Amino acid sequence: MDTIIAAHPTLLEVEACRQSYRKDAGNADLVVLEDVNLTLREGEIVALLGRSGSGKSTLLRIVAGLLKPTAGRVTWRGEPIKGPADGVAMVFQSFALFPWLTVQENVELGLEARGVPRVEREQRAEAAIDLIGLGGFESAYPKELSGGMRQRVGLARALVVHPDLLLMDEPFSALDVLTAETLRTDLIDLWSDGRLPVKSVLMVTHNIEEAVLMTDRILVFSTNPGRVASELVVPFPHPRNRLDPAFRQMVDDIYALMTRRPAPGLRAATALAPAAIAMPLHRVGTNMMSGLMETLAGPPYEGRADLPALAGSLQLEADELLPLGETLQLLHFAVVEEGDIHLTDQGRSFVNAETDDRKRLFAEALRAHVPLAAMIRQVLDERWNHRASAVRFRDELEDHMSPDYADETLRSVIGWGRYAELFSYDEEAEQFSLEDIE
Amino acid sequence: MLNNAYPALATGRRLPNLWDVVAILCVFGAIVGLVHVGRGALVPLNAPHATEISLDPANLPGYAVRTTLRMFAAILASLLFTLTYATAAAKSRRLGLVLVPILDILQSVPILGFLTFTVVFFMSLFPGQVLGLELAAVFAIFTSQAWNMAFSFYQSLKTVPADLAEASVSFHLTGWQRFWRLEVPFAVPGLVWNTMMSMSGGWFFVVASEAISVGDNTWKLPGIGSYVALALEQRDIHAVLYAIGAMLVVILLYDQLLFRPLVAWSAKFRFETTASATADDPWVLRIIRRTRLLQLAGGAVGSAVGAFGGLRLSFLPRRSASAADHKPSRVVDALCLLALVPVLAWAVYHLVGFVSTELSWADLGQVFVLGLITMLRVIVLIALATLIWVPIGVWIGLRPVWARRVQPLAQFLAAFPANLLFPPVVLAIVSFHLNPDIWLTPLMVLGTQWYILFNVVAGAAAFPGDLQEAAKNFQVGGFLWWRRVILPGIFSYYVTGAITASGGSWNAAIVAEVVSWGTTKLTAHGLGAYIADATDKGDMARVVLGVAVMSGFVLLFNRLLWRPLYGYAQRRLTLA
Repeated sequence: MDTIIAAHPTLLEVEACRQSYRKDAGNADLVVLEDVNLTLREGEIVALLGRSGSGKSTLLRIVAGLLKPTAGRVTWRGEPIKGPADGVAMVFQSFALFPWLTVQENVELGLEARGVPRVEREQRAEAAIDLIGLGGFESAYPKELSGGMRQRVGLARALVVHPDLLLMDEPFSALDVLTAETLRTDLIDLWSDGRLPVKSVLMVTHNIEEAVLMTDRILVFSTNPGRVASELVVPFPHPRNRLDPAFRQMVDDIYALMTRRPAPGLRAATALAPAAIAMPLHRVGTNMMSGLMETLAGPPYEGRADLPALAGSLQLEADELLPLGETLQLLHFAVVEEGDIHLTDQGRSFVNAETDDRKRLFAEALRAHVPLAAMIRQVLDERWNHRASAVRFRDELEDHMSPDYADETLRSVIGWGRYAELFSYDEEAEQFSLEDIE
Repeated sequence: MLNNAYPALATGRRLPNLWDVVAILCVFGAIVGLVHVGRGALVPLNAPHATEISLDPANLPGYAVRTTLRMFAAILASLLFTLTYATAAAKSRRLGLVLVPILDILQSVPILGFLTFTVVFFMSLFPGQVLGLELAAVFAIFTSQAWNMAFSFYQSLKTVPADLAEASVSFHLTGWQRFWRLEVPFAVPGLVWNTMMSMSGGWFFVVASEAISVGDNTWKLPGIGSYVALALEQRDIHAVLYAIGAMLVVILLYDQLLFRPLVAWSAKFRFETTASATADDPWVLRIIRRTRLLQLAGGAVGSAVGAFGGLRLSFLPRRSASAADHKPSRVVDALCLLALVPVLAWAVYHLVGFVSTELSWADLGQVFVLGLITMLRVIVLIALATLIWVPIGVWIGLRPVWARRVQPLAQFLAAFPANLLFPPVVLAIVSFHLNPDIWLTPLMVLGTQWYILFNVVAGAAAFPGDLQEAAKNFQVGGFLWWRRVILPGIFSYYVTGAITASGGSWNAAIVAEVVSWGTTKLTAHGLGAYIADATDKGDMARVVLGVAVMSGFVLLFNRLLWRPLYGYAQRRLTLA
């Protein structure tokens, strides 16, 4: 299969692509994508797989012509991309349907923009609507439809322009499990039968099984900055069986890949040794953490679990489970490696403790392993009035990460600090204090 | 719908900044310039035959039609202004820096004070013709309608959902198509709501703008406003009542025929992804939707508009990437500011020259004190209206049957021009020898208190059932229930209503602090009376001073009180 596709004409080429945002203050750039290369040929479906914040959606928007890369070359059929290219259509995670247009009008939108005459427009829209299984819904408004039907409209709207390349930005992640599965198989059936009027598909996902189920090739992204960590070819023919041992093995391998710690040399080269407090933290709730630790401690896991199996039984996606695991690892409550997670001794004593002792253990872990939390507490202890504005910490974080990440990090630390009774926080005044803390 | 009622507040700017100063100077410079032109061109006009008014009630339908036409001409002008001005402000960052504060200032300037001068200006454009007067009246109405519509549109343009914007770029929509397919539809619900509010505000001005006296000359354009003015002069209470009746009919008609259907239709453009419970279609819309001929006509109009919006026009080169990576050039910014300098210098020069020849510091002191008096009135009135209408509104809002009945009534009352109700009050004050300083005051909230009522009703009606049940379950009652349950629950709605009410009251002061009945003239002390008096005398310097001080009061009132309250309500007290 490889050899066949390798002979197909190249549609898209991304070379040494870099995307960064400049901070006003003149500090180092915030790098979102670093040295990304990608070649896309006719006849293949490719997945960009990675955690949130790995820049995969940014890459998709660069390919769509919605964003201009800071550096690097992006060519479409040999021509550099300047703005949205003809022959590229996109499906959005949030569907992005116009609520005041009917299904038919939404589907016709792209044709209308290209000046296709009315009669042809209507015929092509009808055909796309029928193809995607929306027949009978032409005059409905999006708000009358279920999520699955809405995404079908999004698909029809993209397909009706007969794009050479179909871009999909986490197209199924806003849908429930069953609906998403139906849509995936419908789409793959159309693709396998050659009825999909597209030559190639590029999709962004954080769902490992989805990538293995649907695509021919997977680019796994690493975070901070986003770069292609590895590239895998999926060798299975369609239709694929999720329970096939080879399929399971591949999912396991990708989990292992995504939880592998970066080699020390690589880390030193990419990050210019940011201040210890500027470690990005994931917004993970303390209830989720204790819940996971309790599950791990109990049967059948008895302290150690395989991540894909755990994700399956807990109904969590990799995108949710991995930050959870990493946070536990950061706090030294668990260790994640090679697709497995196991509890540490601290983790076990946390599980066995009562509420107050749990808070004490959590506070100790925060002070020992989360420099930002330790620093906030230290500042509060030193101030005569035991108060400190959150703004200064936010500013400091924003020197090292994007405002969104700074916000998420600060919110995480606030949530954890409150639970641990390390400090309290007044949202209205944006102020940390030691009120109600003995 | 209510979220769109006062979008200007969402911007969260508080203390006046440099751009406000620029805007104030621009606005007042332009006004002074306009007045200058008007004054220089003041030519004696023989009142044309066409402007005679008769108190015969048989003439009222004709007058009503002419007045209504003026209103719609002004609404049309306001829409055109909205689509161009707000678009320019939203699409160009540099224009926005100047245009947005100007809009904000214009919103709080009581244009009513400048009526005389705009009339002179427009009449000088068409000397000796009624057209000049007509245009002046339409312009006066326009100035009461345009600003909030433009603000609502600007706010919508700035908050177009990012994914739809991306979709329209990635599907190759041109700028023109994007405007008509995405931005205008997205703005429709807010715009319709604000147009409705504007229409109510406009009535207030119609009555004041149709009968205008400049110096010794008085002109009366045929219309309900002039009819009322004449009735007041001739102490004809029956004629006043006829006029009130005619006005009721007109408002009822356009409310039922135009705005109810429009509001129901605009629900289609509300940006929500789930179908929410919608009210029944109003009867007119039902007729249109069920009548084949009307439907065909509607369809034809719809597809014509569709084709118009679908034209593949593009005024700007297609942009490849989001605005984020266009780095704003500080050099060009500086050049733009530099280009403004001569304009500002001109404005300052004229303002200073103009004011210093005719005014002294003592005038400013006097006007400031009068402003404080009027402010006291506004505060007391809003407090009173709050004490009265909040409990009533809550009571009504928690009873759905009543809420459904009262809501349209309150909106209707808000639309009714309160100055028509002044004569009976004046009669009462005169016959009971009451103190005008106290008893003229309620006139200021006569028309605006309803905004508090219907917003509170809406808030109480939207109060979640489970919270009510929880309060009952824990036996939260009496004062605690008000303090902990319902008042926080309706607070953001209340603030929306109170802002509108207080803004309207300031404006009403110009009309409400001086009222006359035949030769009897009642005057209360206050800034409104000061402006009205200066207008009567044609003393331009004092009008400018009075209006400027009033604008300052309104601006500070909004920035220091209402916006922080609104922001607080949005942050803490919304049930999201």
